[in-house]
Amino acid sequence: MLDVLGLASVDDLFTMIPPSLRYEQPLDMPEGHTEIEVLRELGVLAARNRSVDELVCFLGGGAYDHHVPSMVWPLLGRGEFATSYTPYQPEVSQGVLQALFEYQTMISELTGLEISNASLYDGGSALGEAVHMASSATGRKAVVLAGCVNPLYVDVLRTAARGPGLEIREAGWASDGTADLEATRRLADGAAAIAVQHPSFLGSLEDVSTLAEIAHEQGAKLIVHFDLTSAGVLEAPGALGADIVVAEGQPFGNHLNFGGPYVGVIACRREDARRLPGRLVGETVDREGRRSFVLTLQAREQHIRREKATSNICTNQTLNALGTSVALAWLGPQGLKELGDTCLAKARYCRDRLIEVAGARPVFDAPIFKEFAVRLPADPVRVCERAAADGYLAGVPLARYLPGRDLDDALLVAVTERRTREEIDGLAEAVARACKEEA
Amino acid sequence: MTARPSPPKLALAEEQVVFERSRPGRRAGRMPALDVPAAPADAIPEAMRRRNAPLLPEVSENELVRHYTRLSQRNWGIDTGFYPLGSCSMKYNPKLAEDAAAMAGFRRLHPLQPESQTQGALQLLVELERALCAITGMAGVTFQPAAGAHGELTGLLLMKAFHENNGQQRRRVIIPDSAHGTNPASVTLAGYETQEVPSDSRGLVDVEALERMVGDDVAGFMITNPNTLGLFEENIERIAAAIHSVGGLLYYDGANLNAILGRTRPGDMGFDIVHMNLHKTFATPHGGGGPGAGPVAVSERLLPFLPGPRPIYDDASKRYRWDDVDERSIGRMHTFWGNFGILVRASSYARALGSDGLRHVAERAVLNANYLAHRLRGTYDLAFPAQPMHEFVLSARKQKARGAKAMDVAKRVLDYGFHAPTVYFPLIVDEAMMVEPTETEAVETLDAFAEAFIAIDREIDTDLETLKTAPHTAPISRPDEARAARNLVPRWYPRPTEPAHDPEDAGPEEKPSI
Repeated sequence: MLDVLGLASVDDLFTMIPPSLRYEQPLDMPEGHTEIEVLRELGVLAARNRSVDELVCFLGGGAYDHHVPSMVWPLLGRGEFATSYTPYQPEVSQGVLQALFEYQTMISELTGLEISNASLYDGGSALGEAVHMASSATGRKAVVLAGCVNPLYVDVLRTAARGPGLEIREAGWASDGTADLEATRRLADGAAAIAVQHPSFLGSLEDVSTLAEIAHEQGAKLIVHFDLTSAGVLEAPGALGADIVVAEGQPFGNHLNFGGPYVGVIACRREDARRLPGRLVGETVDREGRRSFVLTLQAREQHIRREKATSNICTNQTLNALGTSVALAWLGPQGLKELGDTCLAKARYCRDRLIEVAGARPVFDAPIFKEFAVRLPADPVRVCERAAADGYLAGVPLARYLPGRDLDDALLVAVTERRTREEIDGLAEAVARACKEEA
Repeated sequence: MTARPSPPKLALAEEQVVFERSRPGRRAGRMPALDVPAAPADAIPEAMRRRNAPLLPEVSENELVRHYTRLSQRNWGIDTGFYPLGSCSMKYNPKLAEDAAAMAGFRRLHPLQPESQTQGALQLLVELERALCAITGMAGVTFQPAAGAHGELTGLLLMKAFHENNGQQRRRVIIPDSAHGTNPASVTLAGYETQEVPSDSRGLVDVEALERMVGDDVAGFMITNPNTLGLFEENIERIAAAIHSVGGLLYYDGANLNAILGRTRPGDMGFDIVHMNLHKTFATPHGGGGPGAGPVAVSERLLPFLPGPRPIYDDASKRYRWDDVDERSIGRMHTFWGNFGILVRASSYARALGSDGLRHVAERAVLNANYLAHRLRGTYDLAFPAQPMHEFVLSARKQKARGAKAMDVAKRVLDYGFHAPTVYFPLIVDEAMMVEPTETEAVETLDAFAEAFIAIDREIDTDLETLKTAPHTAPISRPDEARAARNLVPRWYPRPTEPAHDPEDAGPEEKPSI
């Protein structure tokens, strides 16, 4: 090939780099290794982690140990899906486009809003994009956080707010753990949106309808960060008046992956479709009139609109979104209902056991779904350390995430359909033991 | 001469939308029988209970597996065949990365587990940071950005925090007129204004124009190097001096990092902020539109502004841990630590290739692009005559004058068994076709692609109609994109409904495909 190009050596391909910038020594890193060696090295690192296969997981806080159906990754791992780029040439990308169209349909059904995009990065960035959307729709700059929104999502929102200078107003929560409606009403004046997490970060079911009324009275949008795994038992936020619904899609079909890749879900009403960030698949026909799928409303996007785009997002989390939809197809409507009923029953059972056996006290008395906060008679961080020695990830100690909120003795516990009665009983006993030893 | 194998073909059989396979009561997954007391009916207040079950498919697992298998057969991936999509570095994605990411110690790890349980994951991140610093010549990395554009926003917010920390409210970010659309979109999201600097007749930044544009309200300058035309910005040191002279920062968009691995480093060129696209340069599968990973590397003076917490090795305790950042940090960009599963794959790539292999990547990528450009430049115009690096931009202006546009050529090459190049980007090239063969393609693939492109040029004279109506062998012919935007059908409906008419159009037909 060099001969064809009339070049003597490969160095002749790099003569455009000024001599002062040429890097002549080897990069400061090890030389290459074979597949056998690399897998051995990484196997050693993987073995230094204690996975949820080893420890019984009651951790939540935005990532959940739900069952990932066996069919999901063998199918999505197929090279035709996994090694394709964003579907710029629809004629040879119908597989991904149709699968995304099906994903959008399922998200529309779960959220109760007509239009879902093809995914965002994660639950936190989805909240940030929703607030941007509401701000551009209303021409206003403030968002009211009602109730307890995941503090990690709020951190992401705060960062996203730095660019356009959005104001974040925290209305907080009432004594039962649900949104403080009076404070929310007071702060909603002139706001672009009210944002609420449902169920809240601390587990409480929120009164979405009333929050929608408060938002709409003020000409603001209601953004609901929804737990999609509850959609078989909890009413779709869109049906209760939410204008934008966002979510973390990880619980369906995506492994914990130490925090990513996950799926940012966002859905809106038809009237806001042109403000939606990111890729959107639409149905059309080809020249022969055959049903076809394409990326559409591209006039919103960065490659057309550049500095006036609704968002800068280009690469999103397509394969993970497909994981969400394959898992939802696997569950079907009955499976989704059973999933919700199972999580609800097990979370309530677990809360009861922790109260009866371990001397825990519920932080709030509002109804819950799959996650709840309890106060422990001993330091939750120390209790978790001891419980881990017994094989349990007991929960997320809240002091670190919500400092100064009178939650220093509180633990956030999540219970998925994977947990058994035996494991829950075991957790309660381990926590009881740990509390006793710490006392 | 040996016979050429016939090109790969995708499945032509139409596949129903999964909802159309539904039969009432059919299902795949089930929950185990409840082993705890069922929740009482009033566990959820009535007003909050779901009234109508969501419409989800009612399909058996066997049928679902066939459905997604058939969908996959209607989709082109690198594993199917050549994918010379310019600016996307569609190289072979090594399968060992999948085995690495699937190890339970990585895949089945919760992000909020204590550090004592995640030492291996933290070590992986710290070691990957070291490798990325070596490659880029920078001082530190954040792994939180989930994609390239996310990295751009991170970098611009770092830029903003840096200036604000110096008590400066700067206003403008300069980008070349050949920049990718995410650059100006990210600039806006960061609260800055975009200003474009023109390219000169060689396809490089017009440095004199840039020097006239700079001022003390310039926050920074964003550029890829090699630039989006595949050309090395040989005046980069002068550009850096111009930007730094007014206190601005230099931002490296890593979309084209593949071209320079081990040959030159952004840090040595004077860049302050660098994002990398690990789904391009580090061969992690792009998944039909993500997940990617867009880590951002910075120079020493920007370290305090990075998002946190950051993974570090603590010499005192001999342990890895998360290091909290101070109030100068821009804050969190990702809910957790970034797309860790992609970082594991990238780590496996960096370990497999190593210092010698990465340098070889750049050499082979640039050689392949130059070879292919050489084969095609007699038939299609090179947008700019300079020697390209890892990719090159052709213009179909001669072909357009004879009746076939870049889009026609792109669609026709699908019939020959290749994915199309990027078209209508960069915007400054008339009838642009951007070709990036990558280092993992064999010379016979490049030859076959070149011959197809040359044959398509001949079809303009022999069979223009076939060319204008291509593709003919793909699962669908050209879809009506204007209709999709005008009558938005964003989801499947149980009964066909007549969507509301929407007057706004789809944007320009000849839009950049990137």
